Amino acid sequence: MPEPNLRLSYLQERLGAKVLEAMQAQGDDVILVDGSDLSETFRILKEDPKLDFNFLSDITAVDYWKKKEPRFEVVYQLVSLQRKTRLRVRVPVPESEAAVDSLTPLWPGANFLEREVWDLFGIRFTGHPDLRRILLYDEFQGHPLRKDYPVNLCQPRVPELQVEGTFVDERSQNKLMRLKHSLGH
Amino acid sequence: MKSESHELPSEIMELQMGPSHPATHGTIKFNLKLEGEKVLACDVEVGYLHRGFDKSCEQVTWTQVIPYTDRLNYASPLINNVGYALAVEKLIGAETPPRCQYIRVIVSELARIHDHLTCCGMAASELGAITAGFYMIEAREMITRITEDLTGARLTVTYVRIGGLKHDLPKDFSARVRQSFRIIRKLLEDCDRLLSRNRIFIDRMSGVGVISRDAAVGYSLTGPILRATGISYDVRKAFPYLVYDQFDFDVPLGSKGDNYDRFVCRVQEIEQSMRIIEQALEKLPVGPVWIDDPRFVLPEKEKVYNSIEGLMHHFKIIMEGVHVPAGETYFAVEGGNGELGFYIVSDGGGRPYRVRVRPPCFIAMGAFHKMIEGYMVADIVPTFGMVNMIGGECDR
Repeated sequence: MPEPNLRLSYLQERLGAKVLEAMQAQGDDVILVDGSDLSETFRILKEDPKLDFNFLSDITAVDYWKKKEPRFEVVYQLVSLQRKTRLRVRVPVPESEAAVDSLTPLWPGANFLEREVWDLFGIRFTGHPDLRRILLYDEFQGHPLRKDYPVNLCQPRVPELQVEGTFVDERSQNKLMRLKHSLGH
Repeated sequence: MKSESHELPSEIMELQMGPSHPATHGTIKFNLKLEGEKVLACDVEVGYLHRGFDKSCEQVTWTQVIPYTDRLNYASPLINNVGYALAVEKLIGAETPPRCQYIRVIVSELARIHDHLTCCGMAASELGAITAGFYMIEAREMITRITEDLTGARLTVTYVRIGGLKHDLPKDFSARVRQSFRIIRKLLEDCDRLLSRNRIFIDRMSGVGVISRDAAVGYSLTGPILRATGISYDVRKAFPYLVYDQFDFDVPLGSKGDNYDRFVCRVQEIEQSMRIIEQALEKLPVGPVWIDDPRFVLPEKEKVYNSIEGLMHHFKIIMEGVHVPAGETYFAVEGGNGELGFYIVSDGGGRPYRVRVRPPCFIAMGAFHKMIEGYMVADIVPTFGMVNMIGGECDR
């Protein structure tokens, strides 16, 4: 098929040394891209008139713990609305330096998607305006979609927040103190 | 507008709307910063229904993921099933027989009608048009009964399998669907007369929750929200899958990107889906609904009980799961809310290595603050209604 090969070779020519590998997987264009200076790479993908990938469909990550080195891969799905083409960009990310550039300046929709990858995998996005947990509660410890996070791990109990100015029932506090005392604390 | 002589001291009020609120459907929290009734900033907090879909999928076999997919967008469970099965089949490199593809199109469109009726009905009833809401619920009930007759369940259908479907259509399916569509069309016509040129409805929906085209593309919005702004991106037309390229249907487009356009887009899409189903029922080919590959298809029960090979075959598929070749792939279908994509990674075994759902309404909630800033608190209700956040899909 001449056309996909042309696209992939144009991508390799345009992005140069950043493309580690370009391949076709079940008819999709997939490129493996080096993670350094990622926002520049994506700016080229978005703004080059021959590529025109103006729509960021998805950002996710995969943990290849003990299967591949580097450990993580951040996967971006791009769509060109005008040309009706898709591109998958995979960025290998090592565990020691689990951070890539944030794409929020290019696509504001990357905000929630990157927060989810941070929440579930622990990969940082430098330049993200507000990188905090999104699906899990703030006091959650760990990053559950990592392969070394056991499925049935119990999280520690979150102590009740002391909120200033709210009423605290003295009777419940006294009961708690009496219980603690009886247990020998 | 305050006049100079009445300068009242005021401060910005921080209000939390949710996660349990009678006018917002689904568990979601809005941390609002209000100046009187006007919303200055809105921080959307999702995740109240996070059940660990991704992690759960890694623990079970490929076929056992299908009940998990039912519970994603639970207003249109069949679309989730179809999307997941298509993604796995893409990785396998299999194509199901034509009858299976036609039936998958029919059930996807039925689920889409169900989703849009839920969304529009609830949105209308939250604005006070309870009668129109109930008419749409009655229409939706017809679809739910058809689904129950076909799959055995109203919501947790688990109908599609990797390489086929659980079973073929029942005998009276076509007649029943046509009969239901007559009733649904009548009900939608009544709702149209109640709502489309209703002064109150237009005042509350038109010009409210506007998002511009560039912002919509920048925020990765898809589905009726994107099409209401005028951008024609429908996965069924842009990247046709199954047999959608053989049907004649339109994609309704709006122009202003407000709630009214989203409402009309959804209602028109119901009509287009009914068109697709009618065409599919006419053209429905005869034949098997399973691919002819023993690696993925359970053997006949007679063989399982009467021969050792059948027993072993059945045992291996059930206990180990179907073996999907190693690799990774992404497949997107058009869900009720937009591009519903499945990114799956296989290590060659019977269990998935990674299953990722691209959730259209999660991404829409990322853009929600843009749709509501500058509007009033009361405008949150129709805007959120028309975004159609389904908690199961947003939080997984």
